[in-house]
Amino acid sequence: MNTAKMTRSASLPGAATKIVKYELRDVLRSRSLLAYTLFFLAVTDVLLRFGGGARAALGLMNVVLLLIPLVSIVFGTIYLYNAREFTELLLAQPVHRRQLFAGQYLGLAIPLSAAFVVGLGVALSLHFGEDPEHAGALLVLAACGVLLTFIFSAFAASIVARIDDKVKGIGVAIGLWLACTVVYDGLVLLGLMTFADYPLERAALAAMIANPVDLARVLILMRLDVSALMGYTGAAFEKFFGSAGGATLASLALVLWTGVPLLLGARRFQRKDF
Amino acid sequence: MITITGLTKRFGPLHVLRGLDLEIGEGRVTAVVGPNGAGKTTLMKTILGLTRSDGGEILVDGERVGDDPRYRSNVGYMPQIARFPENLTAAELIAMVRDLRGDDAAVDDDLIERFKLVDHLRKPLRTLSGGTRQKVNAVLAFLFCPALLVLDEPTAGLDPVSSGILKDKIAEVRDSGRTVIVTSHVLSELDAFADDIAFLVDGRLRYAGSVHDLKLSTRQLSLERAIAHVMVEGAVA
Repeated sequence: MNTAKMTRSASLPGAATKIVKYELRDVLRSRSLLAYTLFFLAVTDVLLRFGGGARAALGLMNVVLLLIPLVSIVFGTIYLYNAREFTELLLAQPVHRRQLFAGQYLGLAIPLSAAFVVGLGVALSLHFGEDPEHAGALLVLAACGVLLTFIFSAFAASIVARIDDKVKGIGVAIGLWLACTVVYDGLVLLGLMTFADYPLERAALAAMIANPVDLARVLILMRLDVSALMGYTGAAFEKFFGSAGGATLASLALVLWTGVPLLLGARRFQRKDF
Repeated sequence: MITITGLTKRFGPLHVLRGLDLEIGEGRVTAVVGPNGAGKTTLMKTILGLTRSDGGEILVDGERVGDDPRYRSNVGYMPQIARFPENLTAAELIAMVRDLRGDDAAVDDDLIERFKLVDHLRKPLRTLSGGTRQKVNAVLAFLFCPALLVLDEPTAGLDPVSSGILKDKIAEVRDSGRTVIVTSHVLSELDAFADDIAFLVDGRLRYAGSVHDLKLSTRQLSLERAIAHVMVEGAVA
């Protein structure tokens, strides 16, 4: 065998980057992604035009918190399931499995984030300078949207690596989205009401950090100065997230929410039969 | 070229490969044949490292197939089903695989011309017909002049003309001293280019050896009849 050829392919540090590059091109050309961008553009524009101020930011927050997780996880699982045969073809090339996994994940999360940021950014620039008071909140909103995209794309990559059956995988994806956005809040509320007689600030804080969607919501609300509406709990939150330790813990939680599913997915991907 | 010893693989309760020993000779075309579910595709995928075996080992040129992906820089693979990213063009796909291989050495794109694919290279892959995609699939497998070619049902979905072109290509590659492993359901087409046969039934090797010897020992003229003979009579004399 040609040894010169073998050593040249031996170091493939850029394999993941190359996979990202081409997958990015593929995803960026998909019509659904264009629709996603236009949707954020339209919603942001309408909200700023007719609502303005804190109301626009709140409306946008709800759209971001519901829609970004849904689109990221559902688009992600469908895209990766459809890429199964192509994944096989790539695995037959001299690449490491973890490079392929990382490349596929980033090739998904980057264009999805970009679509959101561009849609939001274009709409915001149309209304530039109209409402400097809430610019900070909108910036946090954009950052949270990107983080949620990375988190829920990681969920998608992990689901596809761990579940072979496409229908079951998409079911789990939708279930996970429902659990994070709707069911979890319901359970937390139920818990808070049941134990309303006890001091619950710490428990409520823990509950918020344990769910990426809630954490994002709290981080955005903190910037909107509506935490006063949340009474004593709001004050406790403000104190916590205002402190350096709290901010670190919140960032750490978001990193873990991306890292843990990715790690679980990568471990399965490493041993998986294609 | 390839030495397989005691290869086993289970998918849950399904025992797909049950202790397979096989030697695949360099510079020869080895046809892996057998009924549906005999383990042909699993065997191919295990050689490529796509499927992890439960036991036994595979040596490709003395290198054990495991986590190190390097040996695959000398392997070309043509999977059974050709599905590619919808919005990429064939040209981009080829560039991508080329990029991944980090291989700027000799490229054999002569199939592009022979299949008359040039006009299709700039179109998104989703707009190409199944047969055309299968041709792109073939181009990718042969592109890097690999020392080993693994072809899973290569002629499935190709029209007779293209199928002939591909078979000629396989014979040419063999004649240049490279190794080919191919599966096919159509035994009659293997007659034209297969040197060796590995006949799998239920994850076990029923017969392994040259096509010529098989025909002699079963006293049949065609490969199809020789295999049928083995299936009916059991062992080969």
